[in-house]
Amino acid sequence: MLAYVVRRLLLMIPMLIGMVIVTFGLLLLIPGDPAAVLLGQEASPESIANLRDTLGLNDPWYVRLWDYFAMLLHGDMGQSIFQSAPVADIIAGRLGATIELAVVSLILASIIGIVLGVLAAIRQGSIIDTATMLLAQLGVSMPVYWMGLLLMLAFAVQLGWLPSIGRGTPMLQAIGAAVTGRPQVLWDSILHILLPSLALAANSAAVISRLVRTSMLEVLREDFVRTAYAKGLRRGRVVVRHALRNALLPVLSVIGLRFGALLGGAVLTESIFAWPGLGQLTITAISQRDLPLIQGIVLTFAIIFALVNLVVDLLYAAVDPRIRLG
Amino acid sequence: MRLPKFLRNTSLVVGAIISLAIICCAIFAPYIATHGIEQMDMRNRFAGPTLTHWLGTDNFGRDLWSRLVFGARISLTISIISVAGSAVVGTVVGLAAGYFGGWVDMLLMRITDIFLGFPAIVLALAIVAVMGPGVFNVAFAIFVVAWTEYARVVRASTLVLRQQNYVQAAKALGASNSRILFREILPNALGPIIVLASLGLGTAIIAESALSFLGFGLPPPTPTWGWTLAYGTRFMRDEPWLSIVAGATIMVTVLGFNLLGDGLRDILDPRQLTRAGDKK
Repeated sequence: MLAYVVRRLLLMIPMLIGMVIVTFGLLLLIPGDPAAVLLGQEASPESIANLRDTLGLNDPWYVRLWDYFAMLLHGDMGQSIFQSAPVADIIAGRLGATIELAVVSLILASIIGIVLGVLAAIRQGSIIDTATMLLAQLGVSMPVYWMGLLLMLAFAVQLGWLPSIGRGTPMLQAIGAAVTGRPQVLWDSILHILLPSLALAANSAAVISRLVRTSMLEVLREDFVRTAYAKGLRRGRVVVRHALRNALLPVLSVIGLRFGALLGGAVLTESIFAWPGLGQLTITAISQRDLPLIQGIVLTFAIIFALVNLVVDLLYAAVDPRIRLG
Repeated sequence: MRLPKFLRNTSLVVGAIISLAIICCAIFAPYIATHGIEQMDMRNRFAGPTLTHWLGTDNFGRDLWSRLVFGARISLTISIISVAGSAVVGTVVGLAAGYFGGWVDMLLMRITDIFLGFPAIVLALAIVAVMGPGVFNVAFAIFVVAWTEYARVVRASTLVLRQQNYVQAAKALGASNSRILFREILPNALGPIIVLASLGLGTAIIAESALSFLGFGLPPPTPTWGWTLAYGTRFMRDEPWLSIVAGATIMVTVLGFNLLGDGLRDILDPRQLTRAGDKK
């Protein structure tokens, strides 16, 4: 297992280097003088010259790339053009909200997806199966931002049950508050996160339910399931303890990979629900064409995605020896 | 009389009907639209569906049906450009990686992994932000991540196909690498590429509408679906119809291409392709 972990960690190094190069390459895509483009038409020649100097645009690209690497190795992502603060600090201030949203969405998507997938599989060919798979097909085809708007319209605007925008107390703090006798703080946080996380989870829940159904159908045909029934075990026990445990193995890695899709989807969900995370920051950075901030955000998303993939692979290898030995 | 296999596949038939209908709307937009996209009818602001305005009107009394029909042109144009680019680049990369193997395979697949490692919408937004809006730029932004999937799938097919007898025979006869890749392997790897392209159209439509929704697609007055939906949110509280119809249009279109892709996958099962390859 240790050899697998080391091999997997070593593989991440060229990948991270590649990601930095792609992120750096964004600057090269700007047509014309990047400094003039970034500052807009009304910028004075002095401010353009200053920005050229700050971004190192007077140096050849390979010198800039080298400097960019050196900077990143020191934990520095540069300075935001419009917010006069280090990019790393701005991102660090927003990261928690996005991870919280993505994690809650992933949990919701997994629960909904697994329950629907199992129901569809054990009732294969029935109306439940057809309805569930139709729902899944709609979930896969539905744009996340439209889902968000519909949920907001129904539960916040029409029914008034849930807040339409904003974030309550950060979840970990809210849990702490609940432990110390203030459960209403946690309740408020849950109410705030419910709509954005549901909107974000819908697509992943649809993907997971289809996978769980396929995987369950395969496992339900296996000999050991027939043996379990032959032993006289109840159906519920066979489905949950025998079939589901085996069917979930291939689904696990996909659930992990959905985290990347959820991070991307967070950009849209956060902008609809005014969730103060990295997604909303992305929109601000892009509206202002704040390149160092855009590069920092893109790289942060990529690194989180790579780390999640790594963890999923390691977990998968820990559960299934065929992976690490293959 | 028994229907042919492809007509018995509900996903394929429903998907093909929806996709064809949307494609026809896009091609024949000037004939199908009942009003000009900027034609205002201030007496009929926020009208519901009527015989004159099939899907109602917006805050300027502009006909929603006509705007969505012309919007189909933009969505499909951008999606088709990005899918065509992704399919060509991804296929060439996948063929090369699978066929040559060794360091070529390792290098190309590592590059693929790098691009696959970025959340698609984030990278697309960043690219549009630096390149500016425009049909080509938006299509390019979607392409940058989308080609990776073709590369991985075509590589997997190529790894199997290069072992086939007819490929070995072509090699023994002294056929060039490009002939083997494009005349022997590619035609047999087309099934999964067609399936991916159909599913990719749906993904590209969602991505394009997302960029427009966030305000980074084609600028107004171009009636993109995403922008129409975003514009409708200004009146969401009292007149939600506008956003609901625009969103439903996107969803039905994506559903059509997804069903078509699922149906094609059933018909063009890669395992069947491999078996067909054996017989050749």
